[in-house]
Amino acid sequence: MRGGYTWRVYTACSVGGMSIGHTLLGLLESGPRHGYDLKRAFDERFGHDRPLAYGQVYSTMARLLKNGLVEVEGIEPGGGPERKRYAITDAGITDVEAWLAQPERPEPYLQTTLYTKVVLALLTGRSAADLLDTQRAEHLRLMRELTRRKSSDDLADQLICDHALFHLEADLRWLELTAARLDQLAAAVTR
Amino acid sequence: MSAPHEPFAGFDRAPSGAGPDRAPDSGAGVRTWARDLALGARFAAGGGREGWTRTVLTAVGVGLGVALLLLAAAVPPMMTVRDHKRVARDAMSSGYVAKPTDSTLLSAEADTTYHDKDITGILLQPDGPNAATPPGVTKLPAPGHMVVSPALHRLLDGSPLLRQRIPYTIDGAIGRAGLMGPAELYFYAGSDRLTARDAEYRNGNADRITGFGHRSNSAVMGPTFDLLLVIMLVVLLLPVGVFIATAVRLGGERRDRRLAALRLVGADNRMTRRIAAGEALFGSVLGLLVGGGLFFAGRQLASHVTIRGISAYPADMTPATTLAVLIVLAVPLTAVAVTMLSLRGTAIEPLGVVRQGVGRGRRVWWRLVIPVVGLVLLLPQFGHVHGDSNLNVYQTATGAVLMLIGVTAVLPWVVEQVVGRLRGGPVAWQLATRRLQLSSNAAARMVSGVTVAVAGAIALQMLFTAVDGDFVHETGGDPSRAQVMVDAPVANGAQARDFNQRIAATRGVRQAYGYVNADATQPDADRVRDGDFAYLPVVVGDCPTLRQMAQVSACSPGSVFIVPPADGMGDPGSARSYLRPGSRLDLNGPPQSAYVGTPRLWTIPRTARTAAPRTDPTGSLSWGLFATPQALDTSLLSSPTANSMVVLDPRQPEAVEYVRNTTAKLGIGVDVFTVHSTTQQNSYTQLRRGLFAGAALTMALIGASLLVMMLEQLRDRKKLLAVLVAFGTRRSALAWSVLWQTAIPVVLGLVLACAGGLGLGAALLAMTSRPFHPDWSGMAAMSAIGAAVVLGVTLLSMPPLWRLMRADGLRTE
Amino acid sequence: MTTEPLLQATDVRKSYGRTAALDGADLTVRAGEVVAVMGPSGSGKSTLLHCLAGIVRADSGELRYRGQDLTAMSDGRRSALRRSDFGFVFQFGQLVPELTCLENVAIPLRLAGERRRAAEAKAAAWLERLEVADVAGQRPGEVSGGQGQRVAVARALVAGPRVIFADEPTGALDSLNGERVMRLLTDAAHDTGAAVVLVTHEARVAAYSDREIVVRDGKSRDTERVS
Repeated sequence: MRGGYTWRVYTACSVGGMSIGHTLLGLLESGPRHGYDLKRAFDERFGHDRPLAYGQVYSTMARLLKNGLVEVEGIEPGGGPERKRYAITDAGITDVEAWLAQPERPEPYLQTTLYTKVVLALLTGRSAADLLDTQRAEHLRLMRELTRRKSSDDLADQLICDHALFHLEADLRWLELTAARLDQLAAAVTR
Repeated sequence: MSAPHEPFAGFDRAPSGAGPDRAPDSGAGVRTWARDLALGARFAAGGGREGWTRTVLTAVGVGLGVALLLLAAAVPPMMTVRDHKRVARDAMSSGYVAKPTDSTLLSAEADTTYHDKDITGILLQPDGPNAATPPGVTKLPAPGHMVVSPALHRLLDGSPLLRQRIPYTIDGAIGRAGLMGPAELYFYAGSDRLTARDAEYRNGNADRITGFGHRSNSAVMGPTFDLLLVIMLVVLLLPVGVFIATAVRLGGERRDRRLAALRLVGADNRMTRRIAAGEALFGSVLGLLVGGGLFFAGRQLASHVTIRGISAYPADMTPATTLAVLIVLAVPLTAVAVTMLSLRGTAIEPLGVVRQGVGRGRRVWWRLVIPVVGLVLLLPQFGHVHGDSNLNVYQTATGAVLMLIGVTAVLPWVVEQVVGRLRGGPVAWQLATRRLQLSSNAAARMVSGVTVAVAGAIALQMLFTAVDGDFVHETGGDPSRAQVMVDAPVANGAQARDFNQRIAATRGVRQAYGYVNADATQPDADRVRDGDFAYLPVVVGDCPTLRQMAQVSACSPGSVFIVPPADGMGDPGSARSYLRPGSRLDLNGPPQSAYVGTPRLWTIPRTARTAAPRTDPTGSLSWGLFATPQALDTSLLSSPTANSMVVLDPRQPEAVEYVRNTTAKLGIGVDVFTVHSTTQQNSYTQLRRGLFAGAALTMALIGASLLVMMLEQLRDRKKLLAVLVAFGTRRSALAWSVLWQTAIPVVLGLVLACAGGLGLGAALLAMTSRPFHPDWSGMAAMSAIGAAVVLGVTLLSMPPLWRLMRADGLRTE
Repeated sequence: MTTEPLLQATDVRKSYGRTAALDGADLTVRAGEVVAVMGPSGSGKSTLLHCLAGIVRADSGELRYRGQDLTAMSDGRRSALRRSDFGFVFQFGQLVPELTCLENVAIPLRLAGERRRAAEAKAAAWLERLEVADVAGQRPGEVSGGQGQRVAVARALVAGPRVIFADEPTGALDSLNGERVMRLLTDAAHDTGAAVVLVTHEARVAAYSDREIVVRDGKSRDTERVS
């Protein structure tokens, strides 16, 4: 794998943007679960290549417990780690509701790095077009990979891939547009 | 890698065989052909409702044309069959038969007219047991009996008045072999009162014949009539050809797109051509079937149709085999040829249709050459079509066809030139003219049928008007003085008086001017050797009657008048020599060859005065010796004829029929005429009726094809129309644009048609040596009919236009 | 890469009137690969495809298909090539509206001389493969856009072509139907070993390719040569 974007990074970004706390709370709404069950449910639906660290589950649950959004229903004694069963509280349900209702802030995706590179290339007399083409080829390579991956039967996975593909396509359009207006841009930055 | 960079030779041209590479289907086998033709047929037959509609319209269009062609092809054999039948039953003797044998028979005419229907009757009397029977009759009717045609049988059953006139017992029916058509009124009656005339055609009432079917004569109408017939056929059949050509091109644009789609998946030029041919073939073969069906159905109907007493048996209306084969072969071939021609200027490429020659103006010269060549063909005949000269039918037809085709050839150029110069105007006008500029060809094609038909009709109309005098005769008759004329052979004056009294006593008769006429000759006729006998008519009648025939002032019983022949009548020399007061005449009439019998000399009284002739009510001028019965004993006359000029009571509409009934009882050989101021030759009337019927049919055909083309065009532009409506174009503006789009080419077509028609008409008039005289009213009428067809078509295409303009037209397919 | 090029265009130029649609385009297509031809509208993508497929006559340049000079071929030869070696999927308008979907698919076989029954049996199998067996008896006007395109794909594949030319095959379809058509097209091409030349301006469609070339202002840069 070459540097720059990877699928893994991108997924991390997209998942990182969401609240794990709210997600775990939401998973608890269908019924009380052990911490380990929670991790598995999360991984199955949202984790994909990047499983949730057990420690993160534990720390998140501890925070939720402290805020009164979950409660411990019982501790099953046994070998190994303690097995607490978490249940969601009324406050927790309200909190999930409020989170779902609140619209996400659209990401502007300002490609500052790429823009900086283009301007720098122009300023230093290097080929900005080559730069854009290389970037474009890289974008397409990733898109191809995602497209191939989509042929699996996993609908959830296909949707995630599509989300990524549409974003990449948007980037590509920007590249396309910029490439078409390189002369104008060159005139502007070297003025 | 340095292959030559230019060699696109033949890249977009149809592979014409040149070049090193063999097309994989070169020498395309029967199977390839069959496959491509079948694929074409599949296109014609497929395509859902729309495709079927198009195919059915094509088939109906071609079918109507084919039916007309078959009808035209059936005319000559029909005429021949009729002629054969007419000849076969002919009862006139081929020569004088002096002696009766056991196979001869006597025949006399007993024709009559009933309510304007002509009835042919033959009286027959066998001399022996082996006498021949006329065609369609198995056994000669006994005296007082008759065999009748079925139509006459029906007429007799419904007309007691006529039954009184033809009272014979009906024995049976005349078979088809003896009748020209199912509506013919014909009878053969047996008689025992016939006596054979002598060699001088006197002293009898019947001809002795040895059988039937000896004489053959055709009513030759002369070259002018032939010219009319030829032009009429050309004028009527040419639009049919144009129509067939138009019908097979229905859906041309759609077909081109379809073929382009096939080119994409690898059909080469020849394949697409074969496929297109298959499509055209399918439509035209279907059209042949439809046409055949229409023809045979129409033929059955024809047995119920009588045009001026003429009817025909369906079986007699069989197209000549060669013509039928020609039609069956020519129509599909024409369809294929037209398709190929329409594809010629079009390169069907995988990505769509490229029309070649866009932007390249049409050349006019070859278009003008066609009518000029036509005119040149007609030129040598200028002034030569008259009397009994022979018309060069082929040259004339070719010339006329070329002149008419020339009109259609010039039309696209004219349309292109005019339409290309149209600018500006309101939105509707702009839409129409721009559309026309894009496809002026289609517009011209649309109206070419109308143009040919109108041009031809105008030319014909001119010729008809000009030759009117040839065929419509002034008889000079004056129906206000007498309405019926009766001629009857009589034995003597007493019988003539009796006849006249019986006519005068007939119901509905006001007055009957009766006279006897006979022929006299020079007093020394019995000594003349060379057979040149003077012919001197003698009229014997009372003073009121003589006043109808001569300008007689003082007349009393016993008066005698000498009426000299008017110009051009009789023989003024012998009239001067022998018709003089005091001179003698031989009343034993002029013999034909040698003098027979004994002279009956009679002296013209010295008191005889000269009187000028007067046109009698029938329109004839008589001359000769006019005498009152007191002055000349009618029993001296040889072969006298009784004549009656009958004045009828106008309040008695059946008076003529009563008179005919009376005269039928007077004996054999009595003729009854009604007096008319003009007569028209029958065939001319039929020609004229034929023209109108044909023109109506042609116009209907053209209207149908115009409508179909308009609908097709609208369907093709459905989306565009919807878009125009969507952004607020008024519907009325679109309707107007449709009207303009039709009206502009039609007006151009009509103008050209008038010009072409006048030209052809002038040429035809020049051929018959008649002065140029444009028939403006006829031109106006024909143009109006043409315009009306187009307007009607536009109106009929409005409802679909409205429907197409609804917003759902925007829906993509 | 070691495979012989199946289709090779070198410095192809083509003008329509005064407008230069192609101004020196290069492209190499190897057997079995999916090449996306990308570029903005009016860049000359479609013209390049038409030249490659021998539909349109190039003004200059070299076009070789399996070593044969496409430009020197007669119309008949090129038509035959389209029948036997090429398949086409366009945005719309390539199906014959008069014929049923089954008959449309069978046409290339029948043009190549196959009997109707055999041709239609193969066509039916392809319709099945492209999941449109249920519309076999319907006419193109009666089926949805996605179904129509899949019928077109079936027709492109039925004669076992070596190259499929697809010009904006999903242009008239929504994303979901477009994806489905692309998936079926590329899978089928992969299975039969056919190369695909895919003209598109959509990156998501181009993502179904193995590699892409970009046409800009009538010039193409074959990334395979560049890299």
